[in-house]
Amino acid sequence: MVRAGYKDRLDRFLTDSGIEIKTVYTPLDIASTSYFEKIGLPGQYPFTRGIHYNMYRGKIWTIRQFSGFGTPEDTNKRLKYLVEHGETGLSIAFDEVTLLGLDPDHPLAVGEVGVEGVSVASLWDMDVLFKDIDMGKITTNMTINPPAPVMLSFYVAVARSRGVPDHMIGGTTQNDQLKEFIGQKTYVFPPRPALKIGVDVIEWSIRNLPKWNPISISGYHIYEAGATPVQELAFTLADGIEYVREMIRRGYDVDSFAPRLSFFFVAGINIFEHVAKFRAARRMWAKIMRDWFGAKKARSMWLRFHAQTSGVELRAIEPYNNIIRVTLQALAAVLGGAQSLHTNAFDEALALPTEFSAKLALRTQQIIAYESGVADTVDPLAGSYYIEWLTDKIEEEAWKIIDRIESMGGMLEAIEKGYPQREITESAYRRQREIEEMRKIIVGVNAFKGELLENEVKIPLLEIDEPAVRAHQIARLKKLKSSRDQAKVNTALTELERAAMRGENIVPYVYNAAISLATLGEIMGVLRNVYGEWSEPIIY
Amino acid sequence: MEIREEVQALGAIGLRRRYRVLVAKLGLDGHDRGAKVVARALKDAGFEVIYTGIKQTPEMVVRSAIQEDVDVIGISILSGAHMALVPEVLRLLKEYGADDIPVVVGGIIPWEDAVKLKSMGASEVFFPDTPLSLIIEKIRELAEKRRKGLE
Repeated sequence: MVRAGYKDRLDRFLTDSGIEIKTVYTPLDIASTSYFEKIGLPGQYPFTRGIHYNMYRGKIWTIRQFSGFGTPEDTNKRLKYLVEHGETGLSIAFDEVTLLGLDPDHPLAVGEVGVEGVSVASLWDMDVLFKDIDMGKITTNMTINPPAPVMLSFYVAVARSRGVPDHMIGGTTQNDQLKEFIGQKTYVFPPRPALKIGVDVIEWSIRNLPKWNPISISGYHIYEAGATPVQELAFTLADGIEYVREMIRRGYDVDSFAPRLSFFFVAGINIFEHVAKFRAARRMWAKIMRDWFGAKKARSMWLRFHAQTSGVELRAIEPYNNIIRVTLQALAAVLGGAQSLHTNAFDEALALPTEFSAKLALRTQQIIAYESGVADTVDPLAGSYYIEWLTDKIEEEAWKIIDRIESMGGMLEAIEKGYPQREITESAYRRQREIEEMRKIIVGVNAFKGELLENEVKIPLLEIDEPAVRAHQIARLKKLKSSRDQAKVNTALTELERAAMRGENIVPYVYNAAISLATLGEIMGVLRNVYGEWSEPIIY
Repeated sequence: MEIREEVQALGAIGLRRRYRVLVAKLGLDGHDRGAKVVARALKDAGFEVIYTGIKQTPEMVVRSAIQEDVDVIGISILSGAHMALVPEVLRLLKEYGADDIPVVVGGIIPWEDAVKLKSMGASEVFFPDTPLSLIIEKIRELAEKRRKGLE
């Protein structure tokens, strides 16, 4: 037989998870895959092809751009700007001070207020953040973890004060306490109380807010911290398993809360691998819910997810190239069946987005949704010999990691032992070496380098006058403290402390403290006293 | 031979203790990927590395650098707080008479800020795409220069 073609460019072709890719795939590669057992139809178990029968033909994914900077006034303006240009859901990025549950007048807040997200320290700040935004119509994601009960209380209290009924308050608190120990690292409390608080929020939300997603079990930050797509998938599902177990331990029937669990994954540039990851994720979660936990409702088996394009794959060199990278990443999310999507702006390897770059990122989604035709049929890559083989392969590799975590006694134990932390640090280092040894080509960075044009070096960046933002936030904090009924605040904080010490669900007490105008820092301070603070083992 | 003499003799032929680098995450953000990758690369390149973990204040960084007698301080920061925190590190080093220890900074740092930080006394600023090999080379140069200056 004559074989025409060039010699392979590489000795081995690997996906980002290190899975070896063959030259070509044929029906033989998926011969052992039973269509109805493993693939099926969209909207049917195991939901490999999507959770709804018609997916984007019915409704385009929610365009939910992660935004926040400066004061609540600054961010309110940005939110309205994005909605005006067609954003369909909100997603709030908080600054590090808020993420750690501190007030802007804390000594550690110097230099940090409003620079990596918006500063929100009280009910008043939340009120300004949502000024003239209909909280009964739009849904809001809040990327907030240890202070999730506080931020949810602020949000719900503001919505209620505007007459929005509880059944119309929709959105998501990220509230994934476990992933904080693996990626992102904005933990406050040690793992066990952190898990307890997260589950308190789930419990309170399913009782009070029928439309609220109390948790978004997040692989995104795990990937960004260095995990491969397979590790991201396995660690995220293992975290999810832990939350489900805890709710069941509290006496809940799995079908009473599982439909409200949601997920958050990265959409990376290696398109096929990420599409296969999303498909494997849906199939694995459906199996876990049905076979491990005995879920009966189809909705309990749905893995609904938000995707964000990978920030770590963006480059500071030749930043406009990031527009192309984001487009490809976004395509992976859409071909993988995401329910909502955030596309990063091209300047995010340097700073938070400007109005211009934020709009361009939003437009990227609209062009994919309405011009490219990819939203016109469901799961269009299904049946590709390669995609189905890769979906099976990723699933197989992810189960190996989950089995390992199970043998350690679950994710909480694995985190305490430093297992996922060690694994992803290893992967991050390996990835960087691949780039430096030219085994992984990054255009403009380690290959095809040339003279940089001036407008590639000096692009307009969003500048934040941090001292001014901090002064503004501290001034409002002072005003709040002088106008409130201090005795009422003290009582609410004391009751919170007692409830926490008794091991009760803390959310109703946090809510009372929030409406008495206690600040984020004060509420979290009480909880810090009760639960203690975590400092991680040094692993690198 | 006395141990001290032995060490001095080793020093004379260039076999002194390895260069010691403090790698610190300054500020509140927990994005430690870059810091850990650099710490690991320095270790593999034969440096002695002390990694502080996250959430370090300028005071903590300067104190550990002095206590550990490091040759170079490497600061990693993503949150955007670099213009408030890095100058404070440089100021404290001066205040404690330890400004012979060079400071390098890496992270999400806009070009203009990098220029400002260097004019304030930071020895180098590295960006997200700076190759590890270059970071290692610069740190080695700075460490060598400092040791020579101390002789």
